[in-house]
Amino acid sequence: MRWRLNPGMAIDGFELQEHLNTGGMAQLWTVTREGDPTPLVMKIPMLIDSDDPLPIVCFETEQMIMPRLTGPHVPRFVAAGPLDPMPYIVMERIPGESLKARLAEVPLPWPEVAAIGVTVANALHDLHLQHVIHLDVKPSNVMIRETGEAVLIDYGFARHEQLPDLLAEEFREPFGTTPYMAPEQVLQDRADPRSDLFALGVMLYFFVTGKRPFGNPRGDQIRRRLWRDPVPPRALRPECPPWLQEIILRCLEVDPNERYATAAQLALDLENPDQVTLTERAGRLERDSGMKTFKRWLKARKTKALEAPNIAGQLSRAPIVLAAVDLSPGGEDLAEALRMMITRILSIESEARIACVNILKTSRIAVDILEDAEGNSLHVQRLVQLKHWGASLDIPKERISYSVLEAPDPAAALVDYARHNNVDHIVIGARASSALRRYLGSVSSRVVAEAPCSVTVVRSPRDRRSAEG
Amino acid sequence: MLIAILTDIHGNREALSACLAHARLLGVDRFILLGDYVGYGADPAWVVDTVRGLVDRGAIALLGNHDEAIDGSDENMNSIAREAIRWTRRQLGPEQRRFLAELPLTHEEGNVLYVHANGYAPRNWDYMSGPMEAIRHFSRVDAHITFCGHVHVPMLYHMSTTAKVGSFSPVGDNDIPLLPTRAWLAVIGAVGQPRDGVAAANYAVFDTARQTLRYLRVPYDTATAARKVREAGLPEQLALRLEQGR
Repeated sequence: MRWRLNPGMAIDGFELQEHLNTGGMAQLWTVTREGDPTPLVMKIPMLIDSDDPLPIVCFETEQMIMPRLTGPHVPRFVAAGPLDPMPYIVMERIPGESLKARLAEVPLPWPEVAAIGVTVANALHDLHLQHVIHLDVKPSNVMIRETGEAVLIDYGFARHEQLPDLLAEEFREPFGTTPYMAPEQVLQDRADPRSDLFALGVMLYFFVTGKRPFGNPRGDQIRRRLWRDPVPPRALRPECPPWLQEIILRCLEVDPNERYATAAQLALDLENPDQVTLTERAGRLERDSGMKTFKRWLKARKTKALEAPNIAGQLSRAPIVLAAVDLSPGGEDLAEALRMMITRILSIESEARIACVNILKTSRIAVDILEDAEGNSLHVQRLVQLKHWGASLDIPKERISYSVLEAPDPAAALVDYARHNNVDHIVIGARASSALRRYLGSVSSRVVAEAPCSVTVVRSPRDRRSAEG
Repeated sequence: MLIAILTDIHGNREALSACLAHARLLGVDRFILLGDYVGYGADPAWVVDTVRGLVDRGAIALLGNHDEAIDGSDENMNSIAREAIRWTRRQLGPEQRRFLAELPLTHEEGNVLYVHANGYAPRNWDYMSGPMEAIRHFSRVDAHITFCGHVHVPMLYHMSTTAKVGSFSPVGDNDIPLLPTRAWLAVIGAVGQPRDGVAAANYAVFDTARQTLRYLRVPYDTATAARKVREAGLPEQLALRLEQGR
């Protein structure tokens, strides 16, 4: 079976237009279909000229996974053809170029790198929520929509938690693109969603420094990343801020448990630099000593791979919980009840990240006076109070953040924050019911109605008693 | 077309009723049953009559080793299975026994094969209990997709174009595409006596148009089924198995 593809040729109702490129394993053509105005591409695996089974297994994997995926962060699946007469996948064509085009300009200004990091992390979180690990995150597999969302393409190496992993069964060797592969992937572990965070860390490092953290290794050299840490980004680009180095080096940790627990948590840090807890990573200017490296090397020799993926489990252990804290005078009992509830959630969800949010209500029309009589900023006062509230929660600093939002509509501000930051669970206090509150509508009831996630409404013991009495 | 595939019912009325109701809710078009309607459970006569009713309305029912043992030899069975078969013989009338004796061993539709135990020697009742057995099956059977039961634990084996065999333990309520590029051996778990630690009944739905397979678990009234086993005087172990799913 040998096919010569030409423009104008028809395959299953699709007409080939322009040959975009030929990659390692497939050709890409723009195609049209009668009556369908959407721009489409057809991906045709090159199965003909080689005895290598890899292209066909990657094609099968993509054919299994792509029809399952939805949302703005994946190309919309249109159709697939089996091997006979010709294998292909047709999908939505994402206009523009991949992030690979940006490699010509590296190093990029760090604010842009952080912004790219946020969009890709949001896309990865959405993919992980769909039970899929990409396992080949790299600039050429990321496109940016005109609306700004990152789109992850090429699912040939991906793994779906609920489908057979054809690649693992077929081959006994690691897969991926060697500069971007996570240490556990080198060990043939295809079960950890945090592998994608490592690859994103490699991308961000490359964009910010202009160099790949582990070079472009081949053969046995790929294993070096299990014990040899990269040169810290700030040693190469002093203008890279410490917080960004902290984030990048955390993504590049050898042990997945030392990385961010989820892509959503990574995005939250990239968007809130002032909330990033700086550790020794932020200040590092040279690589680790020989002794430390040697110890990692010893450890790496014993490392074993996981068997089955537990993407849903990893994501549910590490939710982002928004604590909507009301600090108004007289609300101490409610703030305490909220704190008890958060403590309870932390005891169950061991890797939860708590985002403490307080709303500083502003008026819609008038110019607000955001200072008190002594000229102290209300914003700063609120932040101090909020941190005092959170200080008694038993949680490491890097997993709690504090934000005071100035907004005329508290409910809308909370819902926006939750949506924008992939919040999994909002915990909010409610005052006791009264005729006036029923008439005006409470913030908590609006949050319950409009939030994109689960909401827990907390009442204070005092209010509960008076409601019963 | 949606085909519900049920196997290893083993006289369990509660489990079969729950699966049939579930399948009708899903809107399945046809039933194919892979055998072992009797043995172990307390309601063999009701199950055989129900299966006969399904066959009268177009269902396919195949022969299993316990069905064969009703009029045949029970020498190769373990003591508990043999005791259950001897009890079961007394529960069935001549019509029911004739129905079981006349069941076919296999059924083929295009390149899809349905069979109780294995595709290469249906009557020797070899179990498809691991990848090695699956390799033996794939090397001797040409069918693109084979459905079988007999093992009681759901599993999906597949073989690539380069003859590499993989196994997958199905999870969740989830359509698995049976790609045309490889061969598939789908072991369907038992309706009436699950053995993977989950007490809920197993069955599967094959969507012939989309070529996808969905493994399903249906909770049923195990307490009643186990109580009837005890009341019938069948071995206690058979009641425990239903309660524990192992």
